[in-house]
Amino acid sequence: MDVTGLSLTTITLFLPIAGLVVLLFMNGEIHKNSLKWVAFATSIVTFVASVLMWINFDPSVAELQMAQRNTWAEVTLGESVINVSYFVGVDGISMLLVLLTTFIMPIAILGSFGSHIFEERGREKLYYIFLMLLEWSMIGVFVVHDLIIFYVFWEVTLVPMYFLIGIWGSEDRIYAAVKFFLYTMAGSILMLIAILYVGNRSGTFSTYSAGGDIGVIERVQTFDGAGTYWDAPGPDGEGEESGFLLNSVESFLFLGFLVAFAIKVPIFPFHSWLPDAHVQAPTAGSVILAGVLLKMGTYGIVRFNLNLFPEATVAWAPTIAFLGVVGIIYGAWVSYAQDNVKKLVAYSSVSHLGFVVVGIFALNAQGLQGATLQMVNHGISTGGLFLIVGMLYERWHTKEMAAYGGIWKVMPLFGAISLVISLSSMGLPGLNGFIGEFTILLGSLGSDYLGFAFTLFATLGVILAAVYLLKMFQHVFMGEVKNPLANEDGYTLTWYEKAAYIPIIIMVFWMGLQPIVFFNMLDVSVDKIVAMFVR
Amino acid sequence: MENLPLLVPLVIFAPALGAIINFFFGARLEEKWSGYIGCFASIFAFIISLLLLTWVTGANGAAAVVNPPFLDGWLRIESIGLEISWQMRVDSLSVTMMLVVTGVGSLIHLYARGYMRGDKWYPRFFAYLNMFLAFMLTLVTANNFLMLFVGWEGVGLCSFLLIGFWWDKKAPEGWKNSNAARKAFIVNRVGDFGLLMAMFLAFWTFGTLDFYKAGELPNTEAKYLVHWREHNGLLEHHDEADTETAEDDHGAKAKCIPADAHADDDHAEDDGHAAPNPLASDIRALYCDNQRFDTDLLGVFGQTSERFGTGEVVDFGGFQMDFEDVIFLIGLFMLLGVTGKSAQIPLFVWLPDAMAGPTPVSALIHAATMVTAGVYLMARSNVFLWELNHAGYVLGLIITLVGAGTAIVAGYIALGQWDIKRVLAYSTISQLGFMVAAVGIGAYVAAMFHLVTHAVFKALLFLGSGSVIHGVEHGHHHAHEHSHGGDHEDGHDEEDFDPQDMRNMGGLRKRMPITYLTYLIGTLGLAGIFPFAGFWSKDEILADAWYEGLVANTTSGFIAFGVLLIAAAFTAFYMWRQVVLVFFDKPRSEAAEQAPESNGAMLLPLIILAIFTCIIGFINVPKATPIFDGIYHPYEFKHFLEHSLISVSRGHTLDFNLLIAGIALALGIASIFAANRVYKGKGLASGNRDQLETQAPARGLFKLANARLYWDEAYTAFIEAPFNRLASFLADRIDWDFLHDYFHDRIIKRGFDSIAEILSKPIDLGIVDGTVNGVGVFVQRAADWMRRSQTGYVRMYAVVIFIGVVAVILLMLTPFIQTLLLQSAT
Repeated sequence: MDVTGLSLTTITLFLPIAGLVVLLFMNGEIHKNSLKWVAFATSIVTFVASVLMWINFDPSVAELQMAQRNTWAEVTLGESVINVSYFVGVDGISMLLVLLTTFIMPIAILGSFGSHIFEERGREKLYYIFLMLLEWSMIGVFVVHDLIIFYVFWEVTLVPMYFLIGIWGSEDRIYAAVKFFLYTMAGSILMLIAILYVGNRSGTFSTYSAGGDIGVIERVQTFDGAGTYWDAPGPDGEGEESGFLLNSVESFLFLGFLVAFAIKVPIFPFHSWLPDAHVQAPTAGSVILAGVLLKMGTYGIVRFNLNLFPEATVAWAPTIAFLGVVGIIYGAWVSYAQDNVKKLVAYSSVSHLGFVVVGIFALNAQGLQGATLQMVNHGISTGGLFLIVGMLYERWHTKEMAAYGGIWKVMPLFGAISLVISLSSMGLPGLNGFIGEFTILLGSLGSDYLGFAFTLFATLGVILAAVYLLKMFQHVFMGEVKNPLANEDGYTLTWYEKAAYIPIIIMVFWMGLQPIVFFNMLDVSVDKIVAMFVR
Repeated sequence: MENLPLLVPLVIFAPALGAIINFFFGARLEEKWSGYIGCFASIFAFIISLLLLTWVTGANGAAAVVNPPFLDGWLRIESIGLEISWQMRVDSLSVTMMLVVTGVGSLIHLYARGYMRGDKWYPRFFAYLNMFLAFMLTLVTANNFLMLFVGWEGVGLCSFLLIGFWWDKKAPEGWKNSNAARKAFIVNRVGDFGLLMAMFLAFWTFGTLDFYKAGELPNTEAKYLVHWREHNGLLEHHDEADTETAEDDHGAKAKCIPADAHADDDHAEDDGHAAPNPLASDIRALYCDNQRFDTDLLGVFGQTSERFGTGEVVDFGGFQMDFEDVIFLIGLFMLLGVTGKSAQIPLFVWLPDAMAGPTPVSALIHAATMVTAGVYLMARSNVFLWELNHAGYVLGLIITLVGAGTAIVAGYIALGQWDIKRVLAYSTISQLGFMVAAVGIGAYVAAMFHLVTHAVFKALLFLGSGSVIHGVEHGHHHAHEHSHGGDHEDGHDEEDFDPQDMRNMGGLRKRMPITYLTYLIGTLGLAGIFPFAGFWSKDEILADAWYEGLVANTTSGFIAFGVLLIAAAFTAFYMWRQVVLVFFDKPRSEAAEQAPESNGAMLLPLIILAIFTCIIGFINVPKATPIFDGIYHPYEFKHFLEHSLISVSRGHTLDFNLLIAGIALALGIASIFAANRVYKGKGLASGNRDQLETQAPARGLFKLANARLYWDEAYTAFIEAPFNRLASFLADRIDWDFLHDYFHDRIIKRGFDSIAEILSKPIDLGIVDGTVNGVGVFVQRAADWMRRSQTGYVRMYAVVIFIGVVAVILLMLTPFIQTLLLQSAT
């Protein structure tokens, strides 16, 4: 198989860079009005490209598709030569998340079309450049299969987000941006160490096999020596005792990756950067943060932790899933106590992603497929919720729930849209959120590694979701109009606001009523992972 | 005719379409047309239901499974064989529910045209009503638990929207409305949690959530036959060969036939009613003789019948459990769901508050249809309950306790309410308790029968109360205008007048004669007075309870009989109290004096429902009823449900019991006389108090009922308040003060800073030797920079970042460009 030629994945990956280059050559003052259009057009073209990938994608194939691998560097360490390569390609899971990224991006850009932040802070050009950079790096995270390059993309995502929060954020933006950066960096360092160890141990940084080079995952899975791959003696004869939990190399590597991902997700108790980042970020930043960036964490767990360290995964599954369950309940409970709309939605992410974590560590097909779908569902519904908060903020310039009331009366369409998205977020059956939650919880009950109590407590989250979301909906949209706008024109949604919601609403119903096409996309890829954990 | 069931998706699509039209175009339509569309959709669904009824009766209790068009499956994970489809079921049970929902629903739609006249959200109201019908019909036509759950939560959503329909009213009333809506949603969610758990357990136990598979006939042995026909192309061959072996080997055959099947056969012969499929016994033998029959091909209930009592252990992966225990657990979780939706103890608290919605909503959703969904679910799952009851599990007893307890508690509370709708709300809860208790003792037919009759007369009573409220409201406006000399500016000053308070009523008999007459019929129906509907259905529950308790000697039957008898006496008493307070004596307010009779659009449904209250009870006249015996076919309804409910085919059939009927009737009449004696001709006691409040022992009891046993207050104090306190504690103390501020800002950041301090010096000297820590410092620096200067450096900094990024990109692309160059070179 020739994997060195230009692949559709590469094209999709680098399209945002093309937009970025165009933006670079534009003048921020003279072309002020065209900047957003260039960014928007780029994101649409990227979306089309990813849809083309989807059309080309064959869900019955377990291998990476539309793959491309070019050796980038060869690092010589002692006697062994370690390859670092530009290695991209998609399986079902990557495909779905790439689609999510390219889907969310135009919506986020539409969400910043009429934003007042440019009046205050200016620098529109830089803003859109950062958005393009962000899209590039996020797609990169989902499609690369070389650990070093993955790490580069992983870190690059921080840069534009750091500036998006730091420049165009609210009052405490600097604090939030620095905290976001430091927190994520701190986790990443452990991952880098683990990555270096993995590369050194395996002689390659490629996770999948391609072009005659055997990837780490295949090495792990086909290992037939004594003990596990990681804990068995290496080629140089050195090795560690196979052990349990903290007593083995595999566990340390597993944790090295996990901490980085857990901070990103965020898994309780690593979430304390999240409310700051979300509350301070501009609307588009929040939408992307919730819609895509958080999924990088859960994606990383599925892609690397499960595939590379199956033994440690089994050993740690109940512990991490327990944290997931705690997150579900804790996140929901804390969310309920918030008086700040944006903070409420931010904490709801902790709860929703708790479901994803439980689903992943159920380690069966239901759990994992549900978890992947839930990543997408959360992206759509929480992205939608942040858009709602953003549109409220554009009009009323406050995030305090107490200042709102009766919005449904003055903005009937907006109220109805918000209701649908809230319902999707609280998992009303027939809408998208339910499909993911149901499948996850189904998986957790029949999991070999979890059990009844996990499901019982996780399902309580379904009640709590209604509690906090209805609190928000009631306080913001029902009751009397507390602060009518001076200018009644503000009550009508602009065309770009409507345009941002249409795709969201379509997805909410499509994934809720006919999720089969998405399940199909995942089926083979997930099955391959689950096969490792069948007892 | 055979293809009639294919029409069943229309019962959902028609109201769904009506809802969509009214949602999107309602604002542009005339009020009249909004109403027409809503009513037409509902009536259309009713006509389809009637057609389906003719099919079910014509096909002799057959059942059909229909896949709706446009929707391809639903939840499907091929690799593990998970398959849950959009699939609808037409059988006698679902058709019964369809008829109730669309029949009563259509009348209420017609009524709402009059009741909601002039409301600014008229189209929205009809959109919601239609949407409710669509979800409710999804619920009752579903062929699997998950699709049922879609309807289950969907009706909850509609209930939320309709309870809070007037959320924009002036404070505090508008806020109270939206609070009631939210409460209903959340309390129902607690129940839904139970249903979800039940579904998870069921899935891993059965591998499917389908009630019955296509071609499988429930509760008869014939299911094997039909199933073989559907799924086994070799049917003919096997059929012949194996039937012979079966006849040769009678021992094996006898062993395999469940003992109850004999009873079923006898019963079928007795009544001269359709015998099960004649080939059934052959097929049963076929199944038993060669064990090839795969229970996986059966639905949830078929599998339960087969696998129950075999000592099988279900493996969930993480834990194991006996099959019987799993079913028990499923039943318990399901009961939690039922207590939510059907407003039973402990989750009934949302229903009285739900009366904040417009009255047609209370009639349709919170009396006739949605709240009966729980009873329907349990009737649908009768195989679970039946098997558990007969294996000595206490689930039946628990259900009975819940139902009977609710019946008497709610009945008692209803005695002390002043709000006309609140009395009816507690009455509904109480009657639902009757149904649930009936399910608990295994009287599924009686429960369904009561469900049907209750839907009719309770809808009638609610609509009647709506008519009264409407009248009093108009009377109030009229009186108000009069006293203010027709000052229209003040016309809408609502002050403290409550048009739903029975203390403001009285004497409406003369002002609203048709409303009065129909209300009276509804009251007699609810009180169980012969020959109105409630007499027949309530009597059947009591007779079954008597049989279970005193003949079959079960605890649950004994409890049900005693408690329900008292609850029935309460029913007659509070209803008569209401009739007297509303319609008799002198008017107690100007509003009541001037209340006009309602318009024709509202009265017509009242009259139709009143007629049905008189006659609906005759669908299930017991055998050997004096006079009626011979005029009516006995147990028509029971036979209709034969193929859906296990108790018909396997249980006992009771004859009319004159003693029970006599006791119940006498008790009802006595209660009415007692209420009449207490209230008639006396009006209110001094200080706007109830007559019962004038005497010592009754006073305390009345006050307790009036305070609703402090049930809501207890929930506020022991659940809501701690929940809120804990929420604030978690959010403020744990999450913010500790995790966010202390842990992060003090421990992590300070630690990081000090490390950075140590490392920064060598890095400052030149080459970065520790990439990892270097970046940390780098960031720290960036932050310092930005803190110091808001603008200048940022741009420069961005440029630096860009150079880096571009370099990375170029580096990454180098090999690729090389390859391209090489390729072009060769």
